[in-house]
Amino acid sequence: MLERLLERAKQVAQEAEAFHVERRETPVVFEANRLKAVETHETEGVALRVIKEGRIGFSSANTTSDVEGLVARAVEVAPFGARAYLDLPSAQSYPEVRVHDSAVSQVPIDEMVHLGQTLIDRVRDHSQEVLCDSRVVRSEATVTLANTRGCYFQYSRTVFAVAIEGTVIRGTDMLFLFDYLSSCHPIRDVAPLAESLVQQLERSQVVAPVQSGSMPVVFMPWAVIGGLLPPLLAGLNGRMVLQRTSPLVDRLGERVVAEQFSLMDNPTHEYVPSSRPCDDEGIPSQQTPLIQQGVVTNFLYDLQTAGQARRRSTSSAERGSGSLPTPSSSVLLVSPGQHSFDDMVKDMEVGLVVERLLGAGQSNILGGEFNANVLLGYKVERGKMVGRVKDTLVSGNVYQALSRLEGLGREARWVGGMAQVPPLYFKELSVAAKG
Amino acid sequence: MRDVIEAALKGAEADYVEIRLEETEHTFLWYRGRELEDIGRSTGVGGNVRALVKGGWGFVSFNFNGSPDLREKVSLAVAQARLVNGDDFRLAEAPPVVDIVPAHVLKDPRAVSLAEKKAVLDQYIEVIWGVPGIESSSIYYGDGRRRVTFASSLGSYIEQENVDVSLRLNAMARDGGEVQQAGVSLGSLGDFSFAESLHPQAREVAEKAVTMLKAPKVRGGDYTVVLDPVLAGVFIHEAFGHLSEADHVYQDQRMRDIMVLGRRFGGPHLNVVDGAAVPGLRGSYKYDDEGVPASRTYLIRDGVLVGRLHSRETAAKMGEGPTGNARAISYRFAPIVRMTNTFIEPREGTLQDIIADVKEGVYACNWYGGMTSMEQFTFSAGEAYMIRNGRVAESLRPVMLSGNLFTTLQNLDAVAGDLDMNQGGGCGKGGQSPLPVSNGSPHIRIRKCLVGGA
Repeated sequence: MLERLLERAKQVAQEAEAFHVERRETPVVFEANRLKAVETHETEGVALRVIKEGRIGFSSANTTSDVEGLVARAVEVAPFGARAYLDLPSAQSYPEVRVHDSAVSQVPIDEMVHLGQTLIDRVRDHSQEVLCDSRVVRSEATVTLANTRGCYFQYSRTVFAVAIEGTVIRGTDMLFLFDYLSSCHPIRDVAPLAESLVQQLERSQVVAPVQSGSMPVVFMPWAVIGGLLPPLLAGLNGRMVLQRTSPLVDRLGERVVAEQFSLMDNPTHEYVPSSRPCDDEGIPSQQTPLIQQGVVTNFLYDLQTAGQARRRSTSSAERGSGSLPTPSSSVLLVSPGQHSFDDMVKDMEVGLVVERLLGAGQSNILGGEFNANVLLGYKVERGKMVGRVKDTLVSGNVYQALSRLEGLGREARWVGGMAQVPPLYFKELSVAAKG
Repeated sequence: MRDVIEAALKGAEADYVEIRLEETEHTFLWYRGRELEDIGRSTGVGGNVRALVKGGWGFVSFNFNGSPDLREKVSLAVAQARLVNGDDFRLAEAPPVVDIVPAHVLKDPRAVSLAEKKAVLDQYIEVIWGVPGIESSSIYYGDGRRRVTFASSLGSYIEQENVDVSLRLNAMARDGGEVQQAGVSLGSLGDFSFAESLHPQAREVAEKAVTMLKAPKVRGGDYTVVLDPVLAGVFIHEAFGHLSEADHVYQDQRMRDIMVLGRRFGGPHLNVVDGAAVPGLRGSYKYDDEGVPASRTYLIRDGVLVGRLHSRETAAKMGEGPTGNARAISYRFAPIVRMTNTFIEPREGTLQDIIADVKEGVYACNWYGGMTSMEQFTFSAGEAYMIRNGRVAESLRPVMLSGNLFTTLQNLDAVAGDLDMNQGGGCGKGGQSPLPVSNGSPHIRIRKCLVGGA
């Protein structure tokens, strides 16, 4: 069916590319400790990019039936579109990156319900005070990409995910616990999630206020992907570099952060939900070191931005719903270090462990800044976590902070199905607290 | 189509079933840098069925070509609902409605050609790039039409259409490794004309981005802050609006105790209202996505909690009346309780009056964003200034502010009279984002507000 679309487009434009995603998702939803809803979502989306007289036109729809409409709309906008700096790829050979496990779609709904209920019961066995919401979701998607240069590729991906959120209210004090696991395989064991929530709860038994000032801070993996990676990735995005709005402009090959920090984009990691054999333009997946021992080694490009920058695509094209591809990271790996989490805590006289942030990414991330409320974090006193902080903000500039990185944890974990990250230990960050 | 929908609803073995079908059209122009980098047009057709059986919900969403097999979707939703085995309850009463509601349109963006739209936006590019020190800019313009057909097993049948327009102007300045940006977000319900005369705003954002490169960061800690109407609107949305959404409250007895009607949250000068039954704002509509008529709800009156926002389920479970606040961003989602147009009612006076006796403080304007975890919340300013001896003084880098539900509203001690509604917002909740809403307020003053800094 994409063939028909391309054939039609080829009659009115020089080049064309069609991208199609079909997805079926089944979430089982728990609210307030109980099963609340069982859902099925079937979605389809098709996007058409044409190159006509050297300019790019684009249209999208959620059915492939209206070939004429898709082509007409893409051609209509093309005269206003960007000048094309890209050559669509011809037929490619792709690395084998396994992201599909047929066992996912065969997990019966009963079993998903049982899994969610078991998780909630385990957390509540520890404390009846916790009110739990949870989602157990299985999905299967098929991505098809074809263009008029002879590139055709199709792959399927399965994802199984379990999310849990616990709420504890005492008087007017509210505590929120959270964790999430996902995989391209079915998840059968929820013990790690239950243990994570129980650990968060144990560490949060009392409120321990901190004073405003500079202090040592450990960012746990969720806080790293929430607060630190977004400003860093904005700077590493080829588009921002091209527009010269990245602080890393002209700094390729230079050391910008501490030597112990390395960051890799690797979409070939098997059975990780954000992995893929090729990007959304049909460029074979590759490993791209972004920062190696503190030195900027690559920026992320899709075809268009690579063409503009006179570089090669890093296989980083990603499509949102209804717009052209844009450079984006896939699976991020932060190299672990030498320290155990316990050693970091023991090393602090007075400090802070940040589990999760609220409102990160709502400051000038383009400039490398992070500035967020500590949604869940623990105060450290004389090498021990003594309780959770409230009404506390942590802020800084990611380049300055990572330049003075004290150490990285040796235990990296997967977060959000898209990053494997250890805890990061900073000797000095700015903390503002109520009081 | 109406007969097909009604036939599919007939005979379903459920306590309640609804069908929502949707058609959308969307056009966008996105300048990244000087060039129009991304322009496109999209269309969508989809629908969903939601069924309630003995307190459990089943939900099925789908795309379709031509006419969907609604009977099959209804059976699947009902079968899924049966798996749940919930606590039986009845949805709050809402009389069946049959109505056709055309879009509220003034200058219809669909009647403006792409060439005209581009010509307007090109002017802003010229204005922004004309300011010395500008490194780049980003302009996003989008307009969309959404036509929804809703029918329920109670006999409602509603066709409703709306046209939403949004525009964001952003300017970036750089000095070596320092990058600063300033922006403004605007929008309207069905009226392109607001987008045509933003030259002063375009110049202002460009100048601000450049100024910020030289501006110092504030030292973190507690300050008296004064918020402009735009940021104060975001503040009330985050600080209080979300907690007035009954789905955050209804299943948690402790939360219900905290959010008990009659509890005092602020001084007698604080009045907060939400409602879609106000014509012409981005959060306005006639019926919500459960077919309940829109209303106008006082959340806080004279500082006291007097109301909250409901779906038919939350209203039933809390024994209160539905308010018409169940909204879904698209057919892919079930409706959940959402805000519409939320604002602090004006008192009297101006910015000058409320900063007059502030010796040292922060004047925070415009917004980057806001988030809440109910008790604690953040809202970030797009621009900020020190207040010294009752006057707005030097420019600061943008600041992040943080508050606590139980203290910050109590510390809100002055409300001016200059109410302004901001139409540039989009709200996210439960994966449904950005939902068109508007927020507003007059200038307000908050004592001892936590400000993040260097």
